[in-house]
Amino acid sequence: MKDAFGLPQSLLVLGGTSEIALATARRLIARRTRTVWLAGRPSPALEEAAGQLRGLGADVHTVAFDALDPTSHDAVLGKVFAEGDIDMVLLAFGLLGDQARDERNPEAAVRVAQTNYTGAVSAGLVCARALQSQGHGSLVVMSSVAGERARRANFIYGSSKAGLDAFAQGLGDALHGTGVHVMVVRPGFVRTRMTADLPEAPLATTPEAVATAVELGLRRRSETVWVPGALRVVMAALRHLPRGVFRRLPI
Amino acid sequence: MSADTDSVPDVTGLDHTTVTGWGRTAPTAARLIRPRTYEEAAAAVRDCGARGGIPRGLGRAYGDAAQNAGGSVLDMTGLDRVHAIDADGGTVLCDAGVSLHRLMEVLLPLGWFVPVTPGTRYVTVGGAIGADIHGKNHHVSGSFSRHVLAFELLTADGEIRTVIPGTPLFDATAGGMGLTGVILTVTIRLQPVETSLMSVDTERAANLDDLMARLAATDHRYRYSVAWIDLLARGASTGRAVLTRGDHAPLDALPARMRRDPLSFRTSRLPAAPCLLPEGLLTRTTVGLFNELWYHKAPRARAGQLQRISAFFHPLDGVPHWNRVYGRGGFVQYQFVVGYGQEDALRRIVRRISERRCPSFLAVLKRFGESDPGWLSFPVPGWTLALDIPAGLPGLGAFLDELDEEVATAGGRVYLAKDARLRPELLAAMYPRLDEFRELRAELDPHGVFTSDLSRRLGL
Repeated sequence: MKDAFGLPQSLLVLGGTSEIALATARRLIARRTRTVWLAGRPSPALEEAAGQLRGLGADVHTVAFDALDPTSHDAVLGKVFAEGDIDMVLLAFGLLGDQARDERNPEAAVRVAQTNYTGAVSAGLVCARALQSQGHGSLVVMSSVAGERARRANFIYGSSKAGLDAFAQGLGDALHGTGVHVMVVRPGFVRTRMTADLPEAPLATTPEAVATAVELGLRRRSETVWVPGALRVVMAALRHLPRGVFRRLPI
Repeated sequence: MSADTDSVPDVTGLDHTTVTGWGRTAPTAARLIRPRTYEEAAAAVRDCGARGGIPRGLGRAYGDAAQNAGGSVLDMTGLDRVHAIDADGGTVLCDAGVSLHRLMEVLLPLGWFVPVTPGTRYVTVGGAIGADIHGKNHHVSGSFSRHVLAFELLTADGEIRTVIPGTPLFDATAGGMGLTGVILTVTIRLQPVETSLMSVDTERAANLDDLMARLAATDHRYRYSVAWIDLLARGASTGRAVLTRGDHAPLDALPARMRRDPLSFRTSRLPAAPCLLPEGLLTRTTVGLFNELWYHKAPRARAGQLQRISAFFHPLDGVPHWNRVYGRGGFVQYQFVVGYGQEDALRRIVRRISERRCPSFLAVLKRFGESDPGWLSFPVPGWTLALDIPAGLPGLGAFLDELDEEVATAGGRVYLAKDARLRPELLAAMYPRLDEFRELRAELDPHGVFTSDLSRRLGL
């Protein structure tokens, strides 16, 4: 069960090798989390992540989960929920893709879209139903500022996150009053492996900062969390810029 | 039923309601059932489903003791008959859903008072046993269960058992947070009174040591005793306090005009706190100002002041939904006890709270007397401090974890009826009879019919 500060005792991470997710898991283990399920494609990296979290004192299990295989989600995630209550699901899988390459290769672009959006719709709905029958729990969805307004530089990724973001908001409304809390997290540029080759954007942040913001959002039962918080204002302004101006911005 | 439940149509089509405790933190959804007869209660227990059920009274437990996510919550306030009063012998037989408020209404005109009352009259008799509540008279009268002669308990197997003091089932149920079964009826021994007024002595203490010295030296002279502490005071005035102590006023203490109707029970209620209060109403500044005023408003010393029962015992009941002043983030109440001889631990904790500047306007210190046999009953002989803190205070969770460590190291414990955040690992150290409780539950309720968010969170 969550405590008065919204901190979970059990955590299911979808996208078990995500740096942001693991930073969040580490932070939550330092608080109340004792049981962690890391779901992802079986790999040495997944096992290594599990080992690291075990070293912090948590009881960690790994689960073979593939975002690109929605037909398996019900069975795979159902097994996790059958083992006991999950107080928080962190939906953190996602592909950044390579915009230039993906524009030339629609198949690769579709893979980004299917992972970030279709996979999340499927896994999100499976988890939402399970949380609802528990009568409690948080579903924390890793969206991105890139979903707030599509940019020339990464509109394939951005559009998939836009879809995910809209889906998660709607799901949050559908679950309002059921005891289940849906929180959309919109980080800006986060310094991780995924962004290692990219030029750093303004207001860049770290996985640890995202983890801190998630903990704060859980306590406040927030519906939307921006990391860093200043992005809320920046994006509110950018969202309303005329297209012609927006297009010319060096972002 | 407390207004801290919020019915919402549910996409599964089941009639689920989100439920919180009085602190309004950690809402979860459950099927709310309100039995009106013992048969309906038995049926509700039988049909509560895979995630079990938990009885709930008036929702005054601060934490998650009367919530059951995804399962059933049995609102017992529909079972509210007072069956029999023995006005000569001083006992009452009533349903578990009867509130202490209702008992006062019917008993005071007959010259009887409830044996123990907490800071609110709006608790049910069943809840009073489940939390084994204590009051300002604990150092004299012990906790509520000491005055219970018998109760009927609906257990997980559908049986109704008569439970009397001195049996394991009694000791597991008194303080057992509703997890042994549903209490249906209770027989309580009452306290005789000549009037419905209290004779109250008030004095101020300049700091914590002064306060503890006064309490230790003179508490035995008063049936009721409590000290309000200003936890925002620092330096030399750390722990400054106002003591209010007294007893039921005898008839001859009343002025002539009041002797005509000495047993009338009058209460007054202000308008309820509104639903939408801004976050952050209770800051260090506003609470600091309140505390300053409250301390200086109290007389340095005054003896024999006549006060109504409601003013002496239940001042906050005058403001319905006062818990809303903490805004939508809610609040946590932290109540712990450390035994006599552990005064240094108490001093350290009070100093830490003061230094941290927790905005708490409700902080209460009192002395407990002998404990009662309930396995998970909270009171042990010693000092108990209770304080309310807004849940949104940054870093509060980690800070309270540190206080828990101090409390546990000193052999003390926190009160489960108020808890919403204890680290489960500390529970066994705080409640040494936890294993017996678990064993009895495993035998009596092998399928975990009686389950609550509290029991899931702490592994009770």
